[in-house]
Amino acid sequence: MNNQQQTLWDFMRQQSDKLATQTLEHIGLTFISLFLAVLVGLPLGILIARKRKLSGTVLGIAGVLQTIPSIALLGFMIPLLGIGPKPAIVALLLYALLPIIRNTYTGITGVDAAVKEAAMAMGMSRWQILTKVELPLAMPVILAGIRTATVITVGVATLASYIAAGGLGEFIFGGISLNNTNMILAGAIPAALLAIIFDFLLSRVQHLNLKKIKTAAKVLPVLIILLASVYFIPSAYGSKLTAGFTPEFMGRQDGNLGLQSKYGLKIHTIVISDAVMYKAAYEKQLDVISGYSTDGRLKAYNLVVLNDDKHIFPPYYAAPIVRDASLKQFPDLEKTLNLLSGKINDTIMTELNYRTDYLHQSPEQVAKDFLVSVNLWKPERGGNAGTVRIGSKIFGEQYILANMYSMLIKGYTDYDVSTKTGLGGTKICFDALTNNQIDFYPEYTGTGLLVILQPSQKEIILAEVSKEKTYDYVKQEFERLYNIKWLQPIGFNNAYALMMRQKQANDLNVKSITDLKEYLDKK
Amino acid sequence: MIKVEHLSKHFGKVKAVDDIDFEVDEHETLVLLGTSGCGKTTTLKMINRLIEPTSGNILISNKNILEQNPEILRRGIGYVLQNNGLFPHYTVGENIAIVPQLLNWDKKKTQHRVSELLEKLHLSKDYLNVYPNELSGGQQQRVGLARALVANLPVLLMDEPFGALDNVTKAKIHAEFKALDELKKKTIIMVTHDVQEAFELGDRICLMDKGKIVQNGTPAELLFKPKNQFVSGFLKEQRLQLEFRAVKPPPPPEGGAFELRGVILPADASLWWILEQLEFTKGESVTVLDAQHKKVGSLGFEELMSAFYQYKQQQAHE
Repeated sequence: MNNQQQTLWDFMRQQSDKLATQTLEHIGLTFISLFLAVLVGLPLGILIARKRKLSGTVLGIAGVLQTIPSIALLGFMIPLLGIGPKPAIVALLLYALLPIIRNTYTGITGVDAAVKEAAMAMGMSRWQILTKVELPLAMPVILAGIRTATVITVGVATLASYIAAGGLGEFIFGGISLNNTNMILAGAIPAALLAIIFDFLLSRVQHLNLKKIKTAAKVLPVLIILLASVYFIPSAYGSKLTAGFTPEFMGRQDGNLGLQSKYGLKIHTIVISDAVMYKAAYEKQLDVISGYSTDGRLKAYNLVVLNDDKHIFPPYYAAPIVRDASLKQFPDLEKTLNLLSGKINDTIMTELNYRTDYLHQSPEQVAKDFLVSVNLWKPERGGNAGTVRIGSKIFGEQYILANMYSMLIKGYTDYDVSTKTGLGGTKICFDALTNNQIDFYPEYTGTGLLVILQPSQKEIILAEVSKEKTYDYVKQEFERLYNIKWLQPIGFNNAYALMMRQKQANDLNVKSITDLKEYLDKK
Repeated sequence: MIKVEHLSKHFGKVKAVDDIDFEVDEHETLVLLGTSGCGKTTTLKMINRLIEPTSGNILISNKNILEQNPEILRRGIGYVLQNNGLFPHYTVGENIAIVPQLLNWDKKKTQHRVSELLEKLHLSKDYLNVYPNELSGGQQQRVGLARALVANLPVLLMDEPFGALDNVTKAKIHAEFKALDELKKKTIIMVTHDVQEAFELGDRICLMDKGKIVQNGTPAELLFKPKNQFVSGFLKEQRLQLEFRAVKPPPPPEGGAFELRGVILPADASLWWILEQLEFTKGESVTVLDAQHKKVGSLGFEELMSAFYQYKQQQAHE
């Protein structure tokens, strides 16, 4: 435990520059959004307190906005506002709106009717009643709303890193992708601390007496603007092209680090989620992205993969990995699974992914259509000589493969099949396999090497020379360490790849990563 | 001073106030009396345009108030509410100074006037910087009254001003209210459902029912010349006490007064009041003074009672 804390501390010290920037970005994002939300929400709250008929509609809309999943809301923003801080701020603003509008409304309508009547009877104008009576008396309730909004915004602002707006989310999501606990904590702990600190400070303001709250209400906007100004909008798009890389890619040797050290690639880079990256490239928000070579969106958005001429991306050939015990239990299994071996190349896999991811056909339909087209499909035998348990990770390609295997087993053997699809990641899938909860799942050689075996740098270099070497290495090590067998590869290589829009790549005459570097180095 | 002509207020199909007329003379206190929902509060609130009339006219000093800017109008009319309506976020001092501030008085004048009123209303100066929630109900109501009086406005509207007070506090404030010289120079319209209060404080009473004025007259007129069954029925329960309140002893000579153990009672004091004072001071009789404060006679319990019966008989024969 002590050791763990020590390393977290080390990590934070090492990355203190980045940590400081991200924290400032986070605070800035939070308060810009909060400031705008107050600017919009307060008048709206006052308006609906005056015209009660509107209150249902306005609160309803703000409530619906609140229920949209944050990542989806960020997704909606991209076509409208592109990527970067603008859509992030708008999205955060929309989330902060509901508590502010609602509390302003509740606060003002809750002011004692006798007090309002007295104010009116003494000849105060509507504006004077609002500023001297209603707002001061509603202020504790309004502040409570701003407090809620602040905490929500600090939390949701972590997602801003998905659309290249920075913030502590960069560490959190990078850490999750890289399975690096220290990195996650280096982002999560400051984010949680920010939420707690702001919540505490605002709770103190909220509980001031009525006299002091007058002063607080004057100081608070200034403070919010001050904190908001901490955020510099990252505008210096110095290089000719802009790259968007996932947090995972940013931190990996076979990712951005390799691009810098082996190719010497210098490109303006922003961090972005892979959920929106392809679309952002299509909409010319980004020029170069780090995708997966068989992703269906490659086809959907007309992107082209740049040739990795210095071989920094290890091969990610897919093959089913099976427990030795299961192979014994189901003697026909190996031969059946190998039916698919060599049948699917990169182009075919991209096409299949395109049909599920973009055309939204069911993985089952796509799997069956493909098996029929290569004459592998057979009707179910309805056998009952035991049940084979198939696992898959939580993305489209794995769903398709799991369906294909399920159909093959049912058509060629007397075994029944149960599927456990959508397991949340490599670690969960692999643990299920070693714990005898599934019999097999499709895995990638690169993942087996880098995520599961995690060999030393030297061994990686040895293993990565060719696809055969990697495959042989993981096959041998898995057998030795886990009694798990790699069957024959399916054929496609779902590796990391840099991609660009087809048209831009043609215009610039960029075909490989070296071409890209040379283009960027030309003044 | 205040003239109301054919005033009506309809809320949808409900006629809350239905074509009423009345006049209030300068320095007179008119009480709008009636049960809940009779339209008395609606009538009052139309006079400072918190409620806009459906039809009819209201004239104050011969000027039609419906043609004036409502905010300017209200700054010229004092208003006291049942639940005092003090601003909880203002100190007592700030609460009283609201209207002077709206009228842009200079600070010194305001301060001076505020302390003057505190003194007249028997509020300690220490209360200046205290918030209303730290005061008792009676004190809050006094602050509410001070707020309405501060700008020396000729007209004062009072909506159940003592309705939230207990009977002991109410009696005390009634006495102070009557003794307050500030109020003697004002034209007051007061709303109440309390018959005793109406008889105690009102120069004239408008008894209202279902949006109409049933009878408009002095307390004695209402008691002894009720227009109809409704009026006598309304006063029936407390009749005897009201009669004592309505009847006055034989008046002292022009400019004179009554005196009881060194305390001067006004010439228009009611029988009830004098009997009450006798009871308080354990006195036997009050002295009658002329304009030069020379004793010209005295009234004991017997004389007072016979004055009462005389008055009643006289009323019965008229």
